[in-house]
Amino acid sequence: MKNLKEILMHGVFLGAACASILAVALICIFLFANGVPAIAEIGPLEFLGGMRWKPLNNMFGVFPMIVGSIYVTAGAIVVGVPIGILCAVFMARFCPKKIYPVLKPMIELMAGIPSIVYGFFGLVVIVPLMQDIFGGSGKSVLTASILLGIMILPTIIGVSESAIRAVPESYYEGALALGDTHERSVFRAVLPAAKSGIMAGVILGIGRAIGETMAVIMVAGNQAVIPGSLLAGVRTLTANIVLEMGYAADLHREALIATGVVLFVFILIINLLFSLVKRRDTDG
Amino acid sequence: MADINTAALKREKKSLRRQKRVQWTLRALVWASAAVTVGVLVALIAYILIMGIPNLSPKLFEWTYTTDNVSMMPAIVNTIVMTILALLLAVPIGIFSAIYLVEYARRGNKLVSVVRTTAETLSGIPSIVYGLFGYLMFGVALEWGYSMLSGAFTLAIMILPSIMRTTEEALKAVPDSYREGSFGLGAGRLRTVFVVILPSAMPGILAGIILGIGRITGETAALIYTAGTVAGIPTTRIGSLPILDVMSSGRTLAIHMYALLNEGLYMEQAYATAVVLLVMVLLINALSSLIAKKFTRS
Repeated sequence: MKNLKEILMHGVFLGAACASILAVALICIFLFANGVPAIAEIGPLEFLGGMRWKPLNNMFGVFPMIVGSIYVTAGAIVVGVPIGILCAVFMARFCPKKIYPVLKPMIELMAGIPSIVYGFFGLVVIVPLMQDIFGGSGKSVLTASILLGIMILPTIIGVSESAIRAVPESYYEGALALGDTHERSVFRAVLPAAKSGIMAGVILGIGRAIGETMAVIMVAGNQAVIPGSLLAGVRTLTANIVLEMGYAADLHREALIATGVVLFVFILIINLLFSLVKRRDTDG
Repeated sequence: MADINTAALKREKKSLRRQKRVQWTLRALVWASAAVTVGVLVALIAYILIMGIPNLSPKLFEWTYTTDNVSMMPAIVNTIVMTILALLLAVPIGIFSAIYLVEYARRGNKLVSVVRTTAETLSGIPSIVYGLFGYLMFGVALEWGYSMLSGAFTLAIMILPSIMRTTEEALKAVPDSYREGSFGLGAGRLRTVFVVILPSAMPGILAGIILGIGRITGETAALIYTAGTVAGIPTTRIGSLPILDVMSSGRTLAIHMYALLNEGLYMEQAYATAVVLLVMVLLINALSSLIAKKFTRS
């Protein structure tokens, strides 16, 4: 009797463990089964390479959105990565003992603030600021990049800080013993040793930026054309889905799901990169 | 001879000065980066509180939503309902799954690495993709339409990996001597897990669950096309008794805020909603770190 219960519960635990496998399988099946036929119908080249997104004229070229997503993600990296890494260095190696217990929860809180609140902040603070400085609508690649750069900070800081802390103390002490200053020891000996961990954090941040939706649609302007400058409006893949899914029908709806498929493939590639970098980290 | 010495000394001094400059620049850079990060966070919180608190009025907390009062009370109730539903689904599966990975699976088990990889994949998927999937599977294929239940299932899958991970970490932190002691006293594996290991891992698990609550509270993109955007508490009547109807659409607080911004007519109410949302997230985060701190101390 008791044995039966053990076996039964073992089965239950095993089943629960398989839930995440099932979830990934279902997500793949539903997205691909609904999105791929649309890509086939529109034509893969016209869909992925098409420059015009005009659902009313049955033109579904998603290329401007792919470029848009890459632009704002690149912008977010330029804004967020240097500040994030330097802030992680600060937290791991420079932070006075009294500040740390305040700073750490603040970074965690930053990760917990909902994206709609970030988007709102962007809309009512950063957009008007951009209008004042550069004129125009204020909704642009630049604005989206700044907001996304802020939003990926906690991810990059968190992962980088633990990577820096994982470097053996002997690296730092060795550099000090050779006559280096504290600063040079940290930047010349400790930081290079934490390289792949920091890289993993950056890749995670890229995934965050490319997948972000609600904050981006508030500040990016959402024009479905390739932006001509940093101050032009831009539409990302994520924005494309949210903006039009509410009223889309038939092929238009399927083209939006296909947009989701493109995004999903991007994310899978980023995930793969992440696990490769992480594996190298644990091997070395 | 003396000339050479002074020249060398000069060079030395120069390089020392340059080093000092590099040192100060680096130090200034890391301090400035931390200051910018904190500054942005403080500015965001301060701005929303200062602009939002004056807009809080009792009208915004009336029980039913009308276009006149734009009450957020139904959205708050919906958020709580949504959180409970999603947790009911995700917490048992997440904890059981972690139990399997840590307590049952043998070392080198192939399934474990597959589960880890898929969980990692799940945690990297953006919420809009979850939203699309939930819409296609629960809304369309299972014909649940826009409903609280569609939303709850979608969110449950979304928070599953983080509950799994935190539970795994909490289980791993339980010393092996606990297990050995329990086995030594003649307890079976199941009894050991439920009576000895889970209780001592509880604070860690709880901290993870609370973080999951935070994510549910703030979620928008995954819910727009699953739970939908209807502004009231979804109810149905049995006789004359109104009861909650999870098969109908209802919007959470974050969606409520999105809808207000989208309509563009209710900026003041949007500010007020942002305050409530922010305060909820602040409280949830504080609670989580409080529990986590207690956990590490004991």
